Amino acid sequence: MNGRRFAIIVFIIAIMFGTVVLVGISKNTPLVIITSMIATTIAVATPLTLGALCGLYCERAGVVNIGIEGTMLGAAFFGWLASIYMNTIFHFPAMPSLIVGVMAAVLTGGLFALLHAVLSITFKVDQIIGGTVINILASGITGFLNRQMFFGAGSVFHGNIPDSPGVLPTIRIPLLADIPVIGRVFIQQPIAWSAIALVIITQIVIFHTRWGLRTRAVGEHPRAADTVGINVIRMRYFNVIIGGLLAGLAGAYFTLESISSFQPDMTNGRGFIALAAMIFGNWTPFGAWSAALVFGAAQALQINLQFFRTLIPPQLAVLQNSYVVGLAPYLLTMVILTGLIGKTIPPAADGKPYEK
Amino acid sequence: MQRPDEQGFFKNLQRWLEPLLVPVLAILTAVILGGIIVKVVNGDPIAAYRGLIQGAFGSPRALSETAVWATPYIFAGLAVAFAFKGGLFNIGAEGQIALGAVFAALIGYALPGWLHTSLPAYIHIPLAVGMGMLAGAIWGGIPGALKAYTGGHEVINTIMMNYIALNLTSFLLNGPMRDPDPTDLSARTPEIAPSARIPPLFNIPGMRVHWGFVLALVVAVIIWWLLWKTTLGFEIRTVGANPDAAKYAGINVKRTIIITMAISGALAGLAGAIEVTALNYRHELGFSTGYGFDAIAIALLGKTNPYGVILAALLFGAMRNGATRMQFLTQIPTDIISVIQALILLFVAADAIIRFIYRIRAHEERVVLTRGWGG
Repeated sequence: MNGRRFAIIVFIIAIMFGTVVLVGISKNTPLVIITSMIATTIAVATPLTLGALCGLYCERAGVVNIGIEGTMLGAAFFGWLASIYMNTIFHFPAMPSLIVGVMAAVLTGGLFALLHAVLSITFKVDQIIGGTVINILASGITGFLNRQMFFGAGSVFHGNIPDSPGVLPTIRIPLLADIPVIGRVFIQQPIAWSAIALVIITQIVIFHTRWGLRTRAVGEHPRAADTVGINVIRMRYFNVIIGGLLAGLAGAYFTLESISSFQPDMTNGRGFIALAAMIFGNWTPFGAWSAALVFGAAQALQINLQFFRTLIPPQLAVLQNSYVVGLAPYLLTMVILTGLIGKTIPPAADGKPYEK
Repeated sequence: MQRPDEQGFFKNLQRWLEPLLVPVLAILTAVILGGIIVKVVNGDPIAAYRGLIQGAFGSPRALSETAVWATPYIFAGLAVAFAFKGGLFNIGAEGQIALGAVFAALIGYALPGWLHTSLPAYIHIPLAVGMGMLAGAIWGGIPGALKAYTGGHEVINTIMMNYIALNLTSFLLNGPMRDPDPTDLSARTPEIAPSARIPPLFNIPGMRVHWGFVLALVVAVIIWWLLWKTTLGFEIRTVGANPDAAKYAGINVKRTIIITMAISGALAGLAGAIEVTALNYRHELGFSTGYGFDAIAIALLGKTNPYGVILAALLFGAMRNGATRMQFLTQIPTDIISVIQALILLFVAADAIIRFIYRIRAHEERVVLTRGWGG
């Protein structure tokens, strides 16, 4: 992450936080508002961070994966379904059901990634088309099963949506969470904490292990890697699947951590924003994370402005409209990707199938 | 298109049918897999498909509805296929369709009021449809310009433009453009003036097929002509095949990219405009959901060839149309169609899988469709 990009991030976050502080100042102190913004930002950046890490593993190994969106959606659905099955049909208590749900989501992510790997590595399908196939397939399957299982006549749950086992409980960091006011930042749910841990782990794996070196080798110059005895196909398969597991965890965030229900197409483009975060972060874990935080802040801005809706002064009435504020993350993605980003360098063999 | 020569009728027939082989097998395989999925969730696949076919082709009215469904698919499929020819992936058809519909509706209902006069249909219809195309062209042209001048990849930008269009239409249809009639509770525009309406083909009640369907066929021919018989088409295809070679041959690559995306967007905008002016007579929130992704499947199934797009669009139109009857008869949700369509797309995109299953050797050259972040 170079200085220029860091400055951009700080500047954008300052603008967004400043807006909310200005709007909410008559109700709360700036410290309370900023704390709340930071806490929301970290939470909503979770699927973006994990999605970006998924893209990072894939692309560092030379496989473009734009199917992250669909992978997350599929994982969100099947994780949620598994937790409900455990809870309602097998009568497990809430917590074990949720854990099984998360595992099912992660597994689903891995399976979608396996499909992408088969398409793009073995069958050498155009990787962007392959990813699009996954997105359409995930949207179709989850939409169909959601209606068939829960709402159709003769469905498993006879048209009654069963009670879901709720969402994952928060985890407090001891001591830090006890600090007055700003302690709130240190109370987050488990997937949010895992995402941060995985950023650090990915940094170590990609840049400080033999696995990472080999991964980068097959992403930059697969022929050279092959010559020194690295199994290009195998490395690509494993990295794409590792990425899929992470995207699966991101999917679990939607239905097991953020809210406890599933809606068709609920990922709403987060998979693509995650890709933009990865590109802006120049294919590095910490870069991707900070970009994910910027997009998260845009979403936190939206959430907090809705919260302070009644306080918005009439001159800024446009900010009261949820559709207008809802544009923020998407516009920001375009602006950052095109105007502010400067030059980014993808891995040299990114998107190219390896022909022996 | 190949010209039939004298020697060997069957050889020619084979040459004509060969490009159809993989798509047909892809459809067949997807239909079988779809049937298995229906079976797994305790449905009756035979009854489901019977309902589907009945609903799509069972009566003149069913055929008319299939054509009605196919119309926006032809335009949108052409939009995506056209961009593919120029080496660009337009995932933004969804947003371009929505904006095309919104602006065609705006001209349709508001223009007579602005001018304080009624307009003859031969002026009003082209204005409304043209405005829809313009809106689509701008919405497609922006990611094109961003690609040309900043290198921002069109895949991400067109998707972001979809979400922006979605928010924008929600805003407009819930606010400034909402039907002022207090009894109208849904988020939609007022009805367009009668002078902006494209008439149906037949004057029979219940037969909704309209002149927009004919226009779609004509536009497909025009796009074929544009791509294969004009200088612009040659430049677009050259940039699509090899931008570096195009640059050395003196083609203005940046300009070509923007034009390709703008035309692609205009075609998608046309899809929305025709839906408004010929069918719904207004724009309603959520009517075009999913068209953008269907359009990608149609373009690929049609092998990015305008005539192939027509066939693929008719197939998809038939499936969407028949699905309603299928749901009515068998209670299987229409969403199964999306699954089958995704599977068709999967097998068409990964034709290697189909060739592998059915042991077909590859004869055709692979076409480059898209490029990664670097190019």
